[in-house]
Amino acid sequence: MMTLLKQRSFRDLAYQAGFVGTLIAMVVTFAVTAAINLDAQGMTSGFGFLQRSTGWGVSFSLIPFDTSDTYLRVIWVGLLNSMFLGAISLTLATFIGVGIAIMRVSGNRMAGLIGTVYVEIFRNLPLLLQLFFWYAILTSLPQPRQAIDIAGVAFISGRGTYLPGLNVTGTSAFLCAIATCAAIGLAIWLNTARRFAHMSTGRKRASRQALWGGLVLLIVVLLLAGRIPDTPLLNVPYLKGLNFRDGVRISPELLACIIAISIYGGAYIGEIVRAGFNAVGKGQSEAGQALGLSTWQIFSRIRLPLAIRAVMPTLINQYVWLFKATTIGIAIGFVDFFFVISTSINQSGQTLELIAILMGGFLAINYSMAWVLNRVNDAIRLKGTQLRG
Amino acid sequence: MAKTYHKPTFIERIRANYFSTWLDTTLTLGFGALVLWVLLGLFDWAFLNAVWSEAEREQCGHGSGGACWAVIDARWRLIFFGLYPFEEQWRSAIACIAMVVTGALSCVPWFWSARRLPVLWLVGFAIFYVLMRGGLFGLTPVSEQNWGGLSLTLFIFASVTLIGMPMAIVFALLRRSHLPMIAGTMGVIIDTIRSLPLLSIMFTFAIVLPFVLPGWAVGDKLYRVIVGYALFFACYQAEIIRGGMQALPAGQEEAAQALGMGYWHRIGYIVLPQAFRNALPPTINQLVITFKETSLVVIIGFFEVLASGNAAYGTAEWNFAHIEVYCFVALIYFTFVFALSRYGAYLERRLAVAAR
Repeated sequence: MMTLLKQRSFRDLAYQAGFVGTLIAMVVTFAVTAAINLDAQGMTSGFGFLQRSTGWGVSFSLIPFDTSDTYLRVIWVGLLNSMFLGAISLTLATFIGVGIAIMRVSGNRMAGLIGTVYVEIFRNLPLLLQLFFWYAILTSLPQPRQAIDIAGVAFISGRGTYLPGLNVTGTSAFLCAIATCAAIGLAIWLNTARRFAHMSTGRKRASRQALWGGLVLLIVVLLLAGRIPDTPLLNVPYLKGLNFRDGVRISPELLACIIAISIYGGAYIGEIVRAGFNAVGKGQSEAGQALGLSTWQIFSRIRLPLAIRAVMPTLINQYVWLFKATTIGIAIGFVDFFFVISTSINQSGQTLELIAILMGGFLAINYSMAWVLNRVNDAIRLKGTQLRG
Repeated sequence: MAKTYHKPTFIERIRANYFSTWLDTTLTLGFGALVLWVLLGLFDWAFLNAVWSEAEREQCGHGSGGACWAVIDARWRLIFFGLYPFEEQWRSAIACIAMVVTGALSCVPWFWSARRLPVLWLVGFAIFYVLMRGGLFGLTPVSEQNWGGLSLTLFIFASVTLIGMPMAIVFALLRRSHLPMIAGTMGVIIDTIRSLPLLSIMFTFAIVLPFVLPGWAVGDKLYRVIVGYALFFACYQAEIIRGGMQALPAGQEEAAQALGMGYWHRIGYIVLPQAFRNALPPTINQLVITFKETSLVVIIGFFEVLASGNAAYGTAEWNFAHIEVYCFVALIYFTFVFALSRYGAYLERRLAVAAR
């Protein structure tokens, strides 16, 4: 035995077996205890409950939902809402962040000062506090009768913000959004991919025009095809009784989440992008000047792309982290993935299964987001011979 | 003849930084007007038109257009101490001060050794805990359910750091172990926990753990949430420490091995001290984030400083004063977080100088 213990290979094996064995033992203990506890409460485990109807509704949903729909559908509603909130607030946060970073590196001290104050204030306060703050402000706005009127077509009130909308089906609106995203992606690809580096400027411009023209055409066709019959295409909110009718209502919960996360995320992204600008050598923009490029060209063709490339890995982590932060919407009652899961736990009692779905959902979203962004990073990073100093 | 360096005068510097081109001048004037407008408005609101004392509550919100700091005057005890028994609140205050002093002392380089720092924190934490919990030295016991306000925030932060830091070191060492099964398993655990939201971890530990743990191991909800948060912190911190270790030249550990040092000596005297030094700026950053995210326990149902802020304006008497209360709570958070992040920036500069 002692000689066996003195052998390195045997010891290594024993360590590994011990480590993995302890973990497995823990999981088994959990499972056994859970089974005993569930038995004592007379509950059935398994995912059968997903087919049961919920009996409760949600206040915000992108797809039709009513109380007779199943748990599976309510979870899908939550997941869609989370992704919707994430997509909007991460995009806005990126714009704010890049704007703040530009202000801070612009060379104008006054703009830099504003950027610094912005970052220091919003990065140093908890996101939850900011969310409560914006929510309290939004809900204490005037009632619909005294709503703030923007040119007679949009209204801001304590019950929500009302914007003009289009009378089209959800599917066609969704397809329009997808088409726009795809067109933006294609345009970026066309502009940056090395495959098109040797295309002549004229042909490039022509294909760009074809791309945007096609997009507009596609959107018009989609909107007309998805039109709800017997209604005007444009749909403007108007006051009737104590509340607004028609139009698109943005609830204070959603709006507070969007404002809080984009402002908070903007402060972080601003710092990251600023670091990227600082990492771009001064020689790069001086070379641009020597070639006679304008300030705007130097900025948009040289400094910004190089800065984004330098900070892409950090940005990916930040996006994943910000997406996780959207879960705090539950604090003010925004119906996101986490909210739906926790309500389902309260209502159905299937705690373990729902927690498993929650974790699985977040792992899937975060890994796929990281995977896509990492492919982008692989496409734009320096590689091979470009790495020579 | 050598060119002499012309030191720019004050006027020249102002001109170069603010008015170098027409565009620059426009920007400066435009942004300057914006800043001035915001500052003046803020000053009017927060000082000139403000109502300061509880006695003048009636003047609040009646066209004065100023802040109603009377709510703070009336409710500051609730915000700071939560539901802690009124006549014992001095204990909560002293406990907070003890914690802040501990934190401040650990910024002094003299304490930066593997013996002094843990001792300092354990002593500070023990003082805090005895004062808050009572039951010793003739102090009346106060159960954790009644803890609240700033002291609960500090308690959660300190315990998460105290439990999480050793865990992080163990995780980092396991992750870079040369045994593939251990390193691989640990890697999967760390990556999984890192891709989950903190809120879902806290929720799981608060709600699910009683189901899967045998009865004797369940413990109070507060401690379960703290353990869950510590696990989350440890997974992030482990990656930071591992980054610090990877920045070390391989020669360091090889030289120690060549001198015949054993594993624990190598880790304890060669690797970890240098790894921590490399990882100091991101560690401070992680602590800043950890402090801010203690606010999430509100959602699980604890009465820390943000929740007691909500309660402070939650009565009919003060329900209009939400902005003032949130500004006050924000100021409390900002004081801690800004101090910590400035300290982090100072350390970064100091280390950069030392590395030159």
